[in-house]
Amino acid sequence: MPKNKTVYENCDVLVVGGGMAGTGATFEARHWGRDLKIICVEKANIDRSGAVAQGLYAINCYMGMQWGENQPEDHVRYARNDLMGLVREDLGYDMARHVDSTVHMFDEWGLPMMRNEETGRYQREGKWQIMIHGESYKPIVAEAAKKSADKIYNRIMITHLLMDETKENRVGGAVGFNMRTGNYHVFRAKTVIVAAGGASHIFKPRAVGEGMGRTWYAPWSNGSAYALPIDVGAKMTQMENRIVLCRFKDGYGPVGAYFLHLKTYTQNANGENYEKKWYDQTKELVGEYIDHHPTPTCLRNHAFIQEVMAGRGPIHMVTKEAFQDPHLETIGWENFLGMTVGQAVVWASQNIDPKYQNPELTTSEPYVMGSHATCSGAWVSGPEDLSPPEYFWGYNRMTTVEGLFGAGDTVGGSAHKFSSGSFTEGRLAAKAAVKYIQDQKAEDIDVSEKQCENFREIIYKPLENYKVGRNEITAGTVSPSYILPLQGLQRLQKIMDEYVGGISFNYMTNENTLKRGLELLDLLKEDLEHVGAEDYHQLMRAWELKHRTLTSQCVTEHTLFREETRWPGYYYRGDHMKLDDENWHCLTVSRRDPKTGKFTMEKMPVYHIIDDEEKKFAAS
Amino acid sequence: MSTFVYMTKCDGCGHCVDICPSDIMHIDPTTRRAVNIEPNMCWECYSCVKACPNEAIDARGYADFAPMGHSVRVLREEEKGTISWRIKFRNGTEKNFVSPITTKPWGEYIPKLAEADLPNQGEINSQILYSEPEGLNTKKELPTINKDSFKKGVYY
Repeated sequence: MPKNKTVYENCDVLVVGGGMAGTGATFEARHWGRDLKIICVEKANIDRSGAVAQGLYAINCYMGMQWGENQPEDHVRYARNDLMGLVREDLGYDMARHVDSTVHMFDEWGLPMMRNEETGRYQREGKWQIMIHGESYKPIVAEAAKKSADKIYNRIMITHLLMDETKENRVGGAVGFNMRTGNYHVFRAKTVIVAAGGASHIFKPRAVGEGMGRTWYAPWSNGSAYALPIDVGAKMTQMENRIVLCRFKDGYGPVGAYFLHLKTYTQNANGENYEKKWYDQTKELVGEYIDHHPTPTCLRNHAFIQEVMAGRGPIHMVTKEAFQDPHLETIGWENFLGMTVGQAVVWASQNIDPKYQNPELTTSEPYVMGSHATCSGAWVSGPEDLSPPEYFWGYNRMTTVEGLFGAGDTVGGSAHKFSSGSFTEGRLAAKAAVKYIQDQKAEDIDVSEKQCENFREIIYKPLENYKVGRNEITAGTVSPSYILPLQGLQRLQKIMDEYVGGISFNYMTNENTLKRGLELLDLLKEDLEHVGAEDYHQLMRAWELKHRTLTSQCVTEHTLFREETRWPGYYYRGDHMKLDDENWHCLTVSRRDPKTGKFTMEKMPVYHIIDDEEKKFAAS
Repeated sequence: MSTFVYMTKCDGCGHCVDICPSDIMHIDPTTRRAVNIEPNMCWECYSCVKACPNEAIDARGYADFAPMGHSVRVLREEEKGTISWRIKFRNGTEKNFVSPITTKPWGEYIPKLAEADLPNQGEINSQILYSEPEGLNTKKELPTINKDSFKKGVYY
């Protein structure tokens, strides 16, 4: 056992993860809890961490209520439609009614918002998106968190949540290690807000070798958003609802501004509009959902995938027309430089100038997230004034574990939050956490020294595995006693890819392959007791892998449970190819028993609290 | 494009080590200079490139799909509040872009909530957040929904 110091910290509100949701939570907690001790723990450095580390060129969720552009109910209809009917409308409405105040703060803090010269309003990219020069989006919101927190800990990876020993099913804090000093950190806390990242790299990525890190979603988002709550028995929802993105090939550069603002469009290799060709076939699968406007993202993916499988790829984005306008050309490039520099590099390296050549598109490997156009995550309570009884248990955004809150990627059911909505959800969770403390729900929490010591041993075991096993062999990476984190990661990716609906199988899976996938995941889980880490950096990789694997088990269980193909284009259940509203117009909820490691599944009702009709608001 | 570090420009200051979101920029114990220890976990986010005071870090497109001979360089100037990019194609084509990164002096307009006005009595039990409802700019209360409408449209 290495001689690492143990550092203890006691606090009231512990925020795990300092991305958009975590900075929002840390900021807002101070307003409501002036005398509380507020701590934020981040795996990297909050100035550049999370999915927005690189910047953003748009804020994808802004109502514009002040100008009558959209109302919260419009956003619920939009997100519900895009996710094929299944979202938590209470959570979505709640996020949407607050998100404008968040964006107005960003504006005030110095985030450069583009403005429409004629109207003076924020420049719209689409109905929900506004355009920004967001290179420094993350450092700006990080500053807000720093001003509110008692302390920010960078470079600490939280590996486990601590549980109270006096009252069952109540959280007591979290533990982790500092990847620079190796120190063991124990945070005893009255409330914990998990605001960690969703999961990239659980399915095999298209890029290989050196380029493996070029996933659409950040490679450092390792599913802690899910693994932490799953591990302590919190219920999860819609974990099967993974997302596949249609993006520019290889760099995964964003297409939103291209479609919405530049008005570019897609065509197959013969210059044909392929989407409408798949209308009848898609209607066979999903019925009237194909007639919805806008067409749900998964169904557009479906047409793309089918067209490529029919041998009429590559699919191109027609940019040559738009890029003749120098202003639009600038936007097209700055769009990448502001949030996906890698796409600019790909085009520069392959001499692709979209002014003269229509670039290729691709569909990505699947990702599991709660913040983008998908809604996997923890099953949380909604707000008192919006939530039906099945969705409400006292504190907004509290999971089914007492005192454990979620925000951003952690929260399931609230799709289409994006950066601004995640920050907003962090604010909501923080206020509720403070109220939980003020209501004296967090009294007499006891986390014993024994519990902390136990985790200490578990956390550093990969270092020990390596040290012992390494002496058996002369050199190299092949050992009979341990596997390295990268080796384990590639095994996980292969299992998920081949058995759970990844790119190699064109997103296809079925009951038989899912069951086999679960068996192989169990074996991997066992082998991860023998993962070997050479140093603290690799120790972080080992724990990232463990979190990814637990997330993957949950995703696979959910995929097996839902016996329909709800989102063709995201994944297909070959044994149940049609959408089945009669049996599956519901939310799936799982719980993993922390003692046995077994998952149980249940169906939960979907409440459509917003009607179908779109009310017309006068634009002032 | 994974990042790499030029031997003659890097002085081992560690700014890149401090900022890298993937924890892959480390100081090499032999050369005492920065090195990308895990190019396959690099997201090409350019955080290290922007943070380097010596312009010692550059990126070379991922070997598995990017032909050589290109470059994308960046200069982030906090005091000027701008970021400048120069893209060079393999065939020599060049494109330059400059964007603002902030509209205000750094951090000055971000409130320290510990010193701001206290929330009103009882507001903790309401649905509003800091700065609301005024901050919504709607001159209205926070929107809500009548729960009576929920009975319709519930699917089990």
